[in-house]
Amino acid sequence: MYKDISNIKLKRKEWEEKKLKPLVKKFPERKKFFKTTSGTEIKTIYTPEDNENLNYDNIGFPGEYPFTRGIHPNMYRGKLWTMRQYAGYLTAEESNRRYKYLLEQGITGLSIAFDLPTQVGYDSDHLLALGEVGKVGVPIDSLYDMEVLLKGIAIDKISTSMTINASAIVLLAMYLVIAKKQGVPFENLRGTIQNDILKEYVARGTYIFPVKPSMRLTTDIFEYCTKHVPKWNVISISGYHIREAGATAVQELAFTFANAIEYVKAAISKGLDVDDFAPHLSFFFNSHNNLFEEVAKFRAARRIWARIMKELFKAKNESSMMLRFHTQTAGSTLTAQQIDNNIIRVTIQTLAAVLGGTQSLHTNSRDEALSLPTEESVRIALRTQQIVAYESGVCDTVDPLAGSYYIESLTDEIEKKVFEYIEKIEKMGGAAKAIELGYIQREIADSAYKYQMEIEKRERIVVGVNKFTIDENTKRHILKVHGEAEEKQRDLLRKIKNERDNYMVSKALENLKKAAEGNENLMPYIINAVECYGTLGEICGVLREVFGEYKPSIVI
Amino acid sequence: MERKIRILVAKPGLDGHDRGAKVIARAFMEAGFEVIYTGIRQTPEDIVEAAVQEDVDCIAMSILSGAHNYLFSRVMELAKEKGIEDVLVIAGGIIPDEDISYLKSIGIAEIFTPGTPTSYAVDFVRKNVKR
Repeated sequence: MYKDISNIKLKRKEWEEKKLKPLVKKFPERKKFFKTTSGTEIKTIYTPEDNENLNYDNIGFPGEYPFTRGIHPNMYRGKLWTMRQYAGYLTAEESNRRYKYLLEQGITGLSIAFDLPTQVGYDSDHLLALGEVGKVGVPIDSLYDMEVLLKGIAIDKISTSMTINASAIVLLAMYLVIAKKQGVPFENLRGTIQNDILKEYVARGTYIFPVKPSMRLTTDIFEYCTKHVPKWNVISISGYHIREAGATAVQELAFTFANAIEYVKAAISKGLDVDDFAPHLSFFFNSHNNLFEEVAKFRAARRIWARIMKELFKAKNESSMMLRFHTQTAGSTLTAQQIDNNIIRVTIQTLAAVLGGTQSLHTNSRDEALSLPTEESVRIALRTQQIVAYESGVCDTVDPLAGSYYIESLTDEIEKKVFEYIEKIEKMGGAAKAIELGYIQREIADSAYKYQMEIEKRERIVVGVNKFTIDENTKRHILKVHGEAEEKQRDLLRKIKNERDNYMVSKALENLKKAAEGNENLMPYIINAVECYGTLGEICGVLREVFGEYKPSIVI
Repeated sequence: MERKIRILVAKPGLDGHDRGAKVIARAFMEAGFEVIYTGIRQTPEDIVEAAVQEDVDCIAMSILSGAHNYLFSRVMELAKEKGIEDVLVIAGGIIPDEDISYLKSIGIAEIFTPGTPTSYAVDFVRKNVKR
């Protein structure tokens, strides 16, 4: 790319000898090594030499293969990313109120957080649900709760993201039944279901069934939506939680794409055409502290996915090769100390996500190392996005960091390291096999431990935690999720069970059981069960009977 | 030879966030403890049962889901029933200040909140194990 590279090399060496070395000898640098979270050593400066092998075709134009610079030709000059704040707690009623508040404040997409019993397929009256109902999200036992949750929200106008995995098919069925009742054609529904079970086994933990039947449910959703809900994103393949569990930036991408490859293979072996479903695969990444590494990560991610789809899966349709992703700022970087500092962390992470070309973004609130966020904290988090969008000017041109010697070099480096990992995992027999062997879990745990030790040795500074600490005695107003709501939810469930047509429910569950024992697509059966107010716990209970439960291997 | 301190690292409830539990388990291991890690999704019954079976000196629980008041109380009740109230119990996770005094009143010796170095927890257990 540069004609005068040998001249630059000569001059750089001269500069090192004459300027840099004498200076460093006299005044040693702050650290012996500067490195990214992925362990790449960072040089003092980057020059055209570092981009010597750079070929502009490898970067390309936005909206064109390999999409390094973004998936749309004009990116945020046309339309800003979707500002989508993840929310849900206490009850459907209270969560509905929070969504309306967020909509008033300017969010442009909904994002539903479900409580843990809902995520692992138990009703609120299950023994294992005690103490957990409404704590980390909204409890959904039956269609009734979903009706209350979405009351007064125009689901034909707004896109909805649902963070639900093992029990995804049930919640999606509920959403579809609500659309049907409101007279909204399925073709008009826009949204995303997380539906990424593989990362649950390695990072997030809300699995129910063993790998094989779980993959069947995942691909049943692919198949059903491809035919009937054409604008729906059938999965959000997530690196977010892998990163939160302790992975480095490179590991985040590598394990996410290894999982993605597994899903694509599973869908193809079910008989689906790659170009029919691939345009509806979406991704979910973490935006962490190291600004440049994160921007390079997002750019590399687009290029890697484009290559995988084109070269490995022989996709023909350009939109099959486009990596579309949601981003969330890194929860694990928030500190419980001097919590207002978290606003600044989130701002930097927001910048990384936007400079990296995200399609949608959730910004964390300052108080999330203490509890669920208050309304005021959530508003500040949303304002952070709005300030970056409307005031900072970073959205005025596409991929503004392209061409930086450092960014391009990091982008290449991340791509190379990610493909090395992917190859290693493929040699093991793919992601599912690597998970079974505990390989991915071990890699993540090692990185998490290393990160913690760096903090404890103060090789990694966390402001307010291991440096610049203060005594804090001030009482903070934090959100409290009260226990009475749990009792109320159980009463409601009892009422629903008494009032519904129980004969219809048992018939629907029986039919579902038969279908689950065979290999038909289960979506229509689950829709039937949901429609007559069969509960999530009952439906997952039937599937538990047929499929059994996942037994994790314990890796420290 | 002196018996190693035996510690059960446990994740009660449905919460799958186990980064902290795994990091602390490894830190105790590196510090020379005998560590038993339960894995996620344990009921209070599972945890107390494991503590009895493994004859541990300390139970260290981690929760980030907000279900701590219920689940920790249940563990303490069961520990009493099973006659292992001399086992040191500590906990960590996303636990608001206002819950800490309650949790201490039911017998949890210390609550370690985000940002605590693992070495503090290790030292605390060394100093406070009763058996």
